[in-house]
Amino acid sequence: MRGRSALVAGVLIAFVALVLPFVHVTLPVIFEGPLNSAGTLNLLGLCFVFGALALSYDLVFGFTGLLSFGHALYFATGAYVTAIALVHWHWSLPQALVLTALVALVLPLALGAVCLRIQGIPFAMVTLAFAEAASILVLQNPFGLTGGEEGLALGSGTLPAALVGVSNTANLYWIAAGWLALTCAVGWWAVHSPPGRVWQAIRENERRVIALGLNPYAYKLASFVLSGFLAAGAGVAYLFLQGGANPQITTSSFTLVLLVMVVLGGVGTLWGAVLGGIVYEYLDFRLVEVSNASLVQSLPPILRVPLSEPLFILGVLFIVLVLFLPEGLGGIFDRLPRRLPGRPS
Amino acid sequence: MSTLVLLLITGLGLGALYFLVAAGLSLIWGLMRVLNFAHGAFFTVAGYAGFFTSAALSGTSPWLQWLAGLVVATLTGGLFAALTEIGLIQPLYRRPVGQVLVTVGLALATLALVEGTFGSDPRQVALPAWLMATSNVLGAAIPNTRFAVLLIALLVLAGLLFFLRRTRYGLIIRAGVENRAMVSALGIDVQRAFTLVFTIGGLAAGLAGFLGATYYGTIDPSRGTSMLISAFIVVVIGGLGSITGSAIAAVIVGLLQQFLNFYAAAGVGDFAVVLLLAAVLLLRPGGLMGGSSS
Amino acid sequence: MSVDAALLNVDKLNVTIGESQILGGVSFRVRAGGITGLLGRNGVGKTTTLRGILGLVPRTGSVTLAGDELTSLPVHSIVRRGVGYVPEDRDVFGGLTVEENLRLAERAGSEHRYALVYELFPELLERAKQPAGTLSGGQQQMVALARALLNADNRILLIDEPTKGLAPLVVKRVADALKRAAEVTTILLVEQNLAVARHLVRDVVVLDQGRVVYAGDVAALIDDPALARRFLGLSAAEH
Repeated sequence: MRGRSALVAGVLIAFVALVLPFVHVTLPVIFEGPLNSAGTLNLLGLCFVFGALALSYDLVFGFTGLLSFGHALYFATGAYVTAIALVHWHWSLPQALVLTALVALVLPLALGAVCLRIQGIPFAMVTLAFAEAASILVLQNPFGLTGGEEGLALGSGTLPAALVGVSNTANLYWIAAGWLALTCAVGWWAVHSPPGRVWQAIRENERRVIALGLNPYAYKLASFVLSGFLAAGAGVAYLFLQGGANPQITTSSFTLVLLVMVVLGGVGTLWGAVLGGIVYEYLDFRLVEVSNASLVQSLPPILRVPLSEPLFILGVLFIVLVLFLPEGLGGIFDRLPRRLPGRPS
Repeated sequence: MSTLVLLLITGLGLGALYFLVAAGLSLIWGLMRVLNFAHGAFFTVAGYAGFFTSAALSGTSPWLQWLAGLVVATLTGGLFAALTEIGLIQPLYRRPVGQVLVTVGLALATLALVEGTFGSDPRQVALPAWLMATSNVLGAAIPNTRFAVLLIALLVLAGLLFFLRRTRYGLIIRAGVENRAMVSALGIDVQRAFTLVFTIGGLAAGLAGFLGATYYGTIDPSRGTSMLISAFIVVVIGGLGSITGSAIAAVIVGLLQQFLNFYAAAGVGDFAVVLLLAAVLLLRPGGLMGGSSS
Repeated sequence: MSVDAALLNVDKLNVTIGESQILGGVSFRVRAGGITGLLGRNGVGKTTTLRGILGLVPRTGSVTLAGDELTSLPVHSIVRRGVGYVPEDRDVFGGLTVEENLRLAERAGSEHRYALVYELFPELLERAKQPAGTLSGGQQQMVALARALLNADNRILLIDEPTKGLAPLVVKRVADALKRAAEVTTILLVEQNLAVARHLVRDVVVLDQGRVVYAGDVAALIDDPALARRFLGLSAAEH
């Protein structure tokens, strides 16, 4: 999408998103309750969270070309660090957020500094290894901090009143929407900036970047840290919407699902990734409900079982996309060149 | 002392399972440069196929049940792998990242299907009496399943080495792991070697799927994924395309895991192994045995 | 020479890698029998031409071998039509023994000239069980050449700088081997060493910046200092 039309579209979408909690309209099949019901707002909030997460991953994978299999780690960090500070140490929300922000900068910096020394598939493997290590660590419930398999629920008294309770779901929805908007803005600014062009140059041909006298390592690290930070923010919003952190988000399966989201939406297009995240979370949620509908229940097992499993449908969709439509869903709408205007020279 | 013996043999048994999964993965990665995330899916689906075959034959001799399950699992793994290579991997031969992605999609879809169909709860596996019993080795009571797994893995190792060293396709695979382009430049169609290697990997993974169920006494859908991660670790430490490397690394990983999990705390072994992977990757991306296959 | 007398016909071979065009329409013919030289300064595209003929790099244009169109075939099929290849880096399989390297090169349906190979390079027989990675550069070159010579139904051998980095004694042996080989097959030889080239080749094709700039008799080129300097970058005396 070119500059002006993209901006107009973006503003329109933002406006609609903003006023949604005031709109008492029912869209049957798409959502169970009216648009401003808690259930729908919660779902939409989660969709925004995943949209932001997918976009953060697109920055590092789609634009810089780094196949990181450990991105979910930063998302989980955002959720868990905030939860731990609130629940175990009884910090106030602002204090917890500052801590999370710090960790969200230091962790990707440290891990990136180490992992980015190698490239390609070994790089992917080593990011997977660290993420897996973190996952094991979380499940071990060290010092009773993470809650192990059961996760860590935000009990009463941990969050300010405005963020608690079904009636305040709209606030959580706006927080999620706000973070998505911020992530989009930051992402858009980043890829259009000089470092952003270097990222794309690195993705295309790293040797050329070196020949131009630039240090790809520094740029890759910057991309890694920025995307990690944005992912952690999405994790915090997730924490609010879910009311707790759970170890599911630390697993390698989840990171792979992230990959699916971004490829689904279109690698290397910012809004495509957001779309992929939103569509994924929506399908994940709704497919379970749809499968419980009597229509599907009456289908013979051979059809009912696959249709009841969102990951099956997504996995198959993913395979089909990779085989036939590598540009992702975004590619259907966006027949323009995937590279942003202004090639790095 | 008896604890030591128990840990040693259990670690070796675990290593044997890892080796079976890793061997195929190593060849696939070494020859085709494909990171096959679906390998865990081969393991799981084949394991269930063997399980149900075994269950369907209940009433007949337990050994027959077990062997039938073993054979069916192995063949299922091989078939699944061959179909994957032909249907998904081949069409993407110009897109290595696409090949990896498509195995990811297959892994996710298969796992979801298995969980949806059979549920995520572990199921008890019926075993012949001898396998359910233990034997006394130096004061330790060792479950006989460990010996069975070890023996079979050793046979597979011998078979693979024989295949690689004494057959023409083995020669092609060894050369291809080193330099695929040159093999083509000698007039050899590497595509056939790809399908063969994928199938061998699937056969081994399928065998491991049923042996895993034997070893643990239960079968469940999530084991494939954790086996896959462990196998990745073994492949990286042992070196791409190296069967002996995989064998040695599998033993190291199995023993390390068992000993640390016991002497330090549960989970420490798993954690340490994963960090070992990170360390090896960072220090020696080529793995212990380098790029040469045995 | 007319198209019919040519064994190998390369027509408008174009190779673009990334954003650089390496070959911009290379056309030449190779006569059957003897050795044709492919010469030129460093980096003009000689290796790429050989790789383009084999299909090891994506290319457009047309390549015909004794009338058979090769361009649409995959690499292994092209090779099976009777094309032997000795790459610049030798590319022997270090983890395989010498004997295994040769055995791998055997093509079904063709007679295998082990007698010739072991006559030219007796070391290969002595070191049959040795891993090829432990051989010296010269010995590895012998393995690479032997692989190409092995199959009797190879109609043309594409050989890329076989004397590069070798001691003078070994260079002589390689040259003699090429001479013997030329008695039974056709060779397209890329060679930087002009003394060797002058001694071995009959016809010559010269490349400059991805194009053919001269095709004809080797003596006429090398013995003319002006031409030699212009196309080959140095006088024949200076190599």
